[in-house]
Amino acid sequence: MIPHAGYEVITLSDRANAALPESLWLSIGYMLLAVASTAAFMSVLGMALVYVERKVAAHFQCRLGPMRVGWHGILQSVADAIKLLLKEDLVPDRADRLLFFLAPAFSVLATLLALVLIPMSPTMQVVDLNIGVVFIAAVGGFGVLGILLGGWSSNNKWSLLGAMRAGAQFVSYEVSIILSLLVAVLFAGSLQLSEIVQSQADGWWIWRGHISGFIAFIIFVIASTAELNRPPFDLPEAESELTGGYHTEYSGLRFSFFFLSEFINMFIASALGATLFLGGWMPFHIGGLDGFNAVMDLIPPGVWFAGKTGFIIFLTMWVRWTFPRLRVDQLMRLEWKFLLPLGFTNLMVAACLILTDSYFFPL
Amino acid sequence: MTVAISSLLNRIRVSDSASGPIDAKEYFINMGPQHPATHGVLRLMLKLEGETIREVIPVPGYIHRGIEKIGESVNYRQFVHLTDRMDYLSAMMNNWAVAMGVERATNTVMNDRIEYIRTIFAELERIQSHMLWWGVLGMDLGAFTPFLYGFRDREKITDIFEETVGCRLTMNYIQPGGLMADIHPNFVTRVKEAMAYAKPKIDEYEELLSGNVILQERTKNIGVLSGADAISLGVTGPPLRASGVAYDLRKIEPYGVYDKVEFRTAVGSVGDCWDRYWVRVEEMRQSIGIVEQLIDNIPEGKFMLMKPAKKIIIPEGVYYNAIETARGVLGMVIASDGKSDKPVRIHMRSPNYNNLWAVDSMTRGSRVGDLVANISSLDFVVPDIDR
Repeated sequence: MIPHAGYEVITLSDRANAALPESLWLSIGYMLLAVASTAAFMSVLGMALVYVERKVAAHFQCRLGPMRVGWHGILQSVADAIKLLLKEDLVPDRADRLLFFLAPAFSVLATLLALVLIPMSPTMQVVDLNIGVVFIAAVGGFGVLGILLGGWSSNNKWSLLGAMRAGAQFVSYEVSIILSLLVAVLFAGSLQLSEIVQSQADGWWIWRGHISGFIAFIIFVIASTAELNRPPFDLPEAESELTGGYHTEYSGLRFSFFFLSEFINMFIASALGATLFLGGWMPFHIGGLDGFNAVMDLIPPGVWFAGKTGFIIFLTMWVRWTFPRLRVDQLMRLEWKFLLPLGFTNLMVAACLILTDSYFFPL
Repeated sequence: MTVAISSLLNRIRVSDSASGPIDAKEYFINMGPQHPATHGVLRLMLKLEGETIREVIPVPGYIHRGIEKIGESVNYRQFVHLTDRMDYLSAMMNNWAVAMGVERATNTVMNDRIEYIRTIFAELERIQSHMLWWGVLGMDLGAFTPFLYGFRDREKITDIFEETVGCRLTMNYIQPGGLMADIHPNFVTRVKEAMAYAKPKIDEYEELLSGNVILQERTKNIGVLSGADAISLGVTGPPLRASGVAYDLRKIEPYGVYDKVEFRTAVGSVGDCWDRYWVRVEEMRQSIGIVEQLIDNIPEGKFMLMKPAKKIIIPEGVYYNAIETARGVLGMVIASDGKSDKPVRIHMRSPNYNNLWAVDSMTRGSRVGDLVANISSLDFVVPDIDR
């Protein structure tokens, strides 16, 4: 909407494209770099998030958490990962072997596809699709398939119950997520994630969009927590009810795939929330106050992104270690009778705001 | 290459032909003996329709150790330590039930010191049991943090037990004729410290869990047990009081020094999980009050009135006495032939066993999640069900 000259977005795929006329090998090199960096980022981030989660949980619960492996237990996740790799991989008797093997792969694949789109800074993004938001929503829906298949193929009634819960829950909450994403898309006038970030150069949508942006952000956080199947919406794996839900029968590496994709999804959802509503890597700007904006620009965009995403991740962890779990019907009631009408109303309000061109701070 | 997904098709075909259309089919699912929500080895067969529970069939017996049968071949003093292994969170009260049975049968009157100490220990045990229950309820409903808070605060009380008794869980402290040992010199100050510590903690519990909207949604009007049903099923303890029946043996047939202290019986009105929750939280407060009234006034005296070396022989007859443990009424039946120092028959009416059968009527028509809340609010200790 408002073209901002301050930042030029160069993604890895752009680099590969640009390099192609000059040298094929350089182009391939960029592609390999993209693949390697995504894979490495995914596994390292997974371990880091597990460590952070354990530490946050521990301090909420008046204990220290992992302390023995490395300084303050910093290598605990590595030790756990090695343990998971070495564990025996059990397949239940009369399980649907093919689907049982495919299910975790689907989960990880969906996560991986969404991860490449996240703009972490102007130069740290792998692909910048012009339909970015739609693509992420679509790929997010694909992740449900892994969970459904995992629950179905395990030949275990508890797993099946968990998978059915997951199916109902994810399909329902996806609607709310998309409604809240649309608000930001309307404000930004683009589906492309980098452009959505650029559009917030005069202020983040959470406060520029009046109350509408804020409500959309709240809906997004609630619905994405449900979509990530984290407490208080962790019904698909409800440990005390379903003994682990859809991944009850999984062990070793395959279990770690589910586990990894769950944690990376948490990062993706938080990053998406930060990108759409909190300005992504865009520093804290107030339209018109150029001096203030220049000071804020001193902090590099990557740090802004990490800070905002980290804040949302901490928020979801805080909720996780405080709240009990909802019941199945209460979960559905929350979505269909509360969040969905609110989301639609909010979307209409946002549309009116845009038609009348009344944001905060165009100044 | 053809990909074999025939097993998926097969399964749909088989389940279709099993009985009627797949969407209307009721099926059975096995909850336990190994299940995180059954706290041990309780097995429940659930008849489900989708996620709606049609029937709950409890299958006890997975931790049966024949404690009652063993009781026939040991003398009364030796039997006390077996009762620790029944309801391990009410170990003191279980010990006391045996001791009281033997003392009443032999017409031995305990001195005030013994009664005071026994009452204090029983109430401490009740507080720590309810603290543990509170944490476990939180965990069962999906909030893990209360579990650790409950355990943390319970440690303060088990530390006191350890100092005087030497054990933290299975005490074997209250003996027929008195106590195993006198209280530790630090006992009084430690108890006062622990009570001063516990009081604000219970307010903290209320802040963390009671005020939570999700907890109230999960417990209010869930698992309603009417007072009449509770009485006819033989439910006792906090679940009975939550159903509106003010039945507390400490009030009705006071033993120990319960007639000398002031406390109120917490009584619910609806009989749902929320009332059971509230009754136990209030009981913790009342128990703290009882301990505080007693702790400064422990009289001097002997701590053991029957010579440990002497055989205890109960006159011929069948004796019954009951005690209010943290979970309800523990009845103790001792049949003696009047000759041997071992009972002819020994039987316990355990609170958990009777409370277990309330699960079915409480749960029918609700969801799997409600069943977990119900089990948790009844506060089972499975070894006490099987004995």
